[in-house]
Amino acid sequence: MPAGRSADLALSCRHVHCEPAFEMRIGLLADLHANREATEACVEALRDAGCARHVFLGDLVGYGADPAWVVEFVRGEVESGAVAVLGNHDAAAIGRLGASAMHARAEAAIAWTSRQLDDDQRAFLASLPLDVREDDRLYVHANAWAPGDWAYVGTPLAAARSLAATDARLTFCGHVHEPALYHAQNATAHHFEPRAGMPIPLSGTRRWLAIPGSCGQPRDRNPAAACAWFDAGTSTLAFLRVPYDHERAAAKIRAAGLPPAFADRLLAGT
Amino acid sequence: MPLHPRPGLSIGEFTLVEPLRAGGMATLWRVSHPRQAFPLLAKLPHVGYGEDVSRIVSFEVERMLMPSLSGPHVPRFVASGEVDDQPWIVMEFVSGETLLSLLDASPLPPERVAALGALAALALDDLHRQHVVHLDVKPGNLLVHADAQGRERIVLLDFGLSHHAHLPDLLAEQFRVPMGTAPYIAPEQVLGVRNDPRSDLFALGATLYYLATGETPFGAPTSDSGLKRRFYRAPVPPRALQPGIPRWLQEIILRCLEVDPDARYPTAAQLAFDLQHPEQVALTERAERTRDDGAFDAVKRWLRGFRLDAEELRAKRARDEARPPLIVVAVDLKQGDGALDAALLDVVRRIVETTAHARLACVTVLRTPRIGMETNIDAEGRNRHVKRLVALRHWARPLALPEHRVTYHVLESTDVAQAIIDYARNNAIDHIVMGARGVTGVRRLLGSVSARVVAEANCTTTVVRAARHGSDQEP
Repeated sequence: MPAGRSADLALSCRHVHCEPAFEMRIGLLADLHANREATEACVEALRDAGCARHVFLGDLVGYGADPAWVVEFVRGEVESGAVAVLGNHDAAAIGRLGASAMHARAEAAIAWTSRQLDDDQRAFLASLPLDVREDDRLYVHANAWAPGDWAYVGTPLAAARSLAATDARLTFCGHVHEPALYHAQNATAHHFEPRAGMPIPLSGTRRWLAIPGSCGQPRDRNPAAACAWFDAGTSTLAFLRVPYDHERAAAKIRAAGLPPAFADRLLAGT
Repeated sequence: MPLHPRPGLSIGEFTLVEPLRAGGMATLWRVSHPRQAFPLLAKLPHVGYGEDVSRIVSFEVERMLMPSLSGPHVPRFVASGEVDDQPWIVMEFVSGETLLSLLDASPLPPERVAALGALAALALDDLHRQHVVHLDVKPGNLLVHADAQGRERIVLLDFGLSHHAHLPDLLAEQFRVPMGTAPYIAPEQVLGVRNDPRSDLFALGATLYYLATGETPFGAPTSDSGLKRRFYRAPVPPRALQPGIPRWLQEIILRCLEVDPDARYPTAAQLAFDLQHPEQVALTERAERTRDDGAFDAVKRWLRGFRLDAEELRAKRARDEARPPLIVVAVDLKQGDGALDAALLDVVRRIVETTAHARLACVTVLRTPRIGMETNIDAEGRNRHVKRLVALRHWARPLALPEHRVTYHVLESTDVAQAIIDYARNNAIDHIVMGARGVTGVRRLLGSVSARVVAEANCTTTVVRAARHGSDQEP
């Protein structure tokens, strides 16, 4: 809630769980990785869940066969009010990231990806910020302490470090492909492995860092695409798993002449 | 600055009406809302300076958990929020008294203890099916509510220490001290295990012990070593304190109070089942204990090498989420189709053999005439009842189930399907297995019993047919 609005009420009312306020429900998509089929499936599932707008948490491209379509789609969403932040694969695709910073196979795909994008699409990626602050929420691809250094939040220690680097109550990030939820009340953060479809009220008396999991390249041995929604009205978060035609997405990777290992990963969810 | 609640004060869209009572952890208020028809209650935890931080986390847990709960055994969640620094929850106000009000009158008659225990176990079973372990079962958190028809049920209160398998456990991660209420807390919970529904059965057992004897089984220890005494000292057998307590009730209570969770009832539904069918409780040496032989017991346990390992228990629970089911087989003793009987037995055998701890209730319905009910209670009526029971036991004999895994019930009703449906609902049955009646004139006339059970029972129903390969002709 904007600070100014509560100030003139004698009793401010924060994080009220009343009726679901669908216009305040935000779809969260991270690590789309040029996977059109996964993106379309997640967007449809989030629309069914009542999401009015989306936040794209970086890595729109890399690995997958449809970088131009995904960038074009996200650009359209941003024009109508969505938020998007820059990921390391996006930075690499526009030549902002040294080749040594990427895994060897990922690097091989970057040159191909770069050729698929037109000037407008590259300019759109170049315009993306590293992080965006919205009310009490921080959106960032990798972490809050050094968003451009791309260190992973893969442990409670790293989550605590990221939470300490921002005064936002909630941090939403990607980069790590496994869905995760961290919570902290003081200097220590705790990890929780979310169960898909279970709405979790995020208590206002502690701070949270949520990783929706990868939309376009899941790695937890479940090939279904991952995404999440956050309801700003009720401060409730839900993780989703969305089955999609991952065989088609994999076939397109092979047809494009990209490393076959990228296709295999989609089939196995690794 | 802490909020000072007073009548007329607004919290969110609600208005405080009058204070109900101030507990140790929170103040309860009646509240009103312009659009809510049912009575409402607000819980305002004490958050003033010097309050124990675990209490504040506890309230956070309750706020997180309550919106996910549903059904007749929990107060309906309405809203929650924070005003200044005062968090609040508004929920349905449920009328009734908690079991606390009965403690002064304890020991209660054994039948009443069993009836209340069954209601509490059914409430816990409903909660456990929602992936929640209450972890603070005690008389003050068990509210007896009578509905408009005068039917009693228990509504569970206070989820501040509860664990939800699919939500972050804020208490487990932040506190390493045992959390619970000393006289009732289960041994594994003392060690910090928070994911075992059978911890609630231990606490309910301690509650029933108190109601039946007027004493708590382990006193009210205040030290860590006092809490751990229950690991090695068995409680005084209830019958040693109250000789009027029947053996079956002592059996049930002491089974709940077993130190090893595996030795307790596997589910609250199985506990409720025994409390509702005392005559069918399989008695063991627990029923026969007559004196305080706790020290002897401790030595026996030590010799068997039994010990509680928190990590092991926690991991075991996390692996083994499937609940051992209560299965009903509805047997039509009047149908003369041997092939259908064999098929029914075969399906039941497959289910009970593949599911550890599954329990089978064999049920048959004795149809009573719609009018002239009194005529059933004569000698002939009882005779018919006993004959059916004998036939039912005979029917199930090929299954060769041990006594503690099978029970037999002759229901009397004018309506066979309704009797089976009600039985399943009242006993928290997981699965009904029954035979399909053949295509006969009777079915054409009366409609199919199995079709109605499938449509109306609130659990899984399997309808068994005898395989008749090579023939699709009616016999």
